[in-house]
Amino acid sequence: MRPQSRPSLGRTIKKPFVMKRLFLALVAALFATAPLSPACAKDWSTIRIATEGAYPPFNYVENNELQGFEIDVAKALCEKAKATCSFVITDWDDLVPDLKRGQIDAIVASLEITEERRQKIALTRRYYRTPPVFMVRKDTDLKAVTPDAMKGRKLGAMAGTVYATYLEDLYAPGAAVGLYANQDEASLDLALGRIDAVLGDKIALTEWLKRGQEASCCQFLADAPPDVTYFGEGYGIGLRKGDDDLKRLLDAAIEAIQADGTYERIRARYFPFDVK
Amino acid sequence: MNWCQYPGYVIGNDALTNYGCRIFGGLGTTMELVAISVVLGSGLGLAIALVRLYGGVVSSSVAAAYTTFFRGTPLLAQLFLVYYGAGQIRPLLQDVGLWVYFREAFFCAAFTFTLNTAAYQAEVYRGAIQSVHRGQWEAARALGMRARHIFWKVVAPQAGMVALRPLGNELVIMVKSSAVASLVTILDLMGSTRFAFARSFDLMVYVFAALLYLLIVEIIRRVWDVIEQRLTRHLHTA
Repeated sequence: MRPQSRPSLGRTIKKPFVMKRLFLALVAALFATAPLSPACAKDWSTIRIATEGAYPPFNYVENNELQGFEIDVAKALCEKAKATCSFVITDWDDLVPDLKRGQIDAIVASLEITEERRQKIALTRRYYRTPPVFMVRKDTDLKAVTPDAMKGRKLGAMAGTVYATYLEDLYAPGAAVGLYANQDEASLDLALGRIDAVLGDKIALTEWLKRGQEASCCQFLADAPPDVTYFGEGYGIGLRKGDDDLKRLLDAAIEAIQADGTYERIRARYFPFDVK
Repeated sequence: MNWCQYPGYVIGNDALTNYGCRIFGGLGTTMELVAISVVLGSGLGLAIALVRLYGGVVSSSVAAAYTTFFRGTPLLAQLFLVYYGAGQIRPLLQDVGLWVYFREAFFCAAFTFTLNTAAYQAEVYRGAIQSVHRGQWEAARALGMRARHIFWKVVAPQAGMVALRPLGNELVIMVKSSAVASLVTILDLMGSTRFAFARSFDLMVYVFAALLYLLIVEIIRRVWDVIEQRLTRHLHTA
């Protein structure tokens, strides 16, 4: 699960954007006297997108340039929607206020689709999700990840996460569920042989598998079923309520890039597994 | 309805009703963990104290180093050292047949807590034994008693009175410190309360857990009062 606020960017990167936003605010103030008509259909040939730029590998700044999986997805969406897109980096806490003020049109910053968020802003359909996965040791005799197959085994997850809840609800008491203060301790205990499987976020666990000697012990066995009640609906683009035409445009574009293979090509550059 | 759901039901709190049984189960685990560690630790602690007082130069300095290490480092660090350290030397432990024990989080915690409390208790015993006046030894020896008898019949009862209160403190501290066991997957009182909180986001479960810790400590305090009355009965005027 993502925290609600994350560390902001360093000063060196942020400064030009602050200036830019100041300038935008001045321009906006100049035009504020002109009659506004937000309700009528807008021309979406240009879309102003805000992101956080501090959440690799999804959105981050490298060599003074905005990069990441969802940035690439957003660019592909703009191309598909025949729109010119501009990107601006905004602090996590300012994203939704800026959207509501009309300084930006869309938020592409790994916004999780939740009921609470739907009350405040509109969200497009999912453009990615992180699958929950069972990680096991390579020498395991486990063949499947169903509660039946896991009966009598020891499972681990990070305490307080959806993964812990999922295991407790569906796998206990048939299997013993151990809860850890963080994901790495659970993974380490799997490597050490105290537990038989770990359930966690596939992207985080993929990163773990890349490093350290302990990680050579383990591999993924299978994804857990993408149960929406536990693992959520995934991540969508945040829009203003009322910009229905933009939502329709982006929803269609998401479907289109997933249908024509563009999405898969982008995905393969970042993740060795499906995140649709 | 189970008895363990009752407190939550009475005050009308859903979180306590739903997770009451887990929390009471955790209370049982905490008491088990502390009882095992403190009892085993008292035996080990007494042995260390005796070695430190009456052992040779080498053995008494080893005992001193032991108490310095375990009293000078955080309990959580010791627990992680045992828990994850045991995993690192797993092949060795498997060869000597100890891995089956160190595989279990509960064993690791009980093992660490025993070593830890033994160090503290050793210092308590040492101080208590030293507080008994030399004259007591000399008088007993003058009566022709052997050293072993002098220790158990003359010195130990007097040292016991001195050691009682600090030992009670140590027990109380162990009850509270044992909460770190929840960080190695043990669902003790703290662990099961954290579980309940992660599910319910109701702070009442922490309040309830705090009250349970308080209750154990209060019970220990009262038991200690009774024991003290008993040990010092010869000092009371009738």
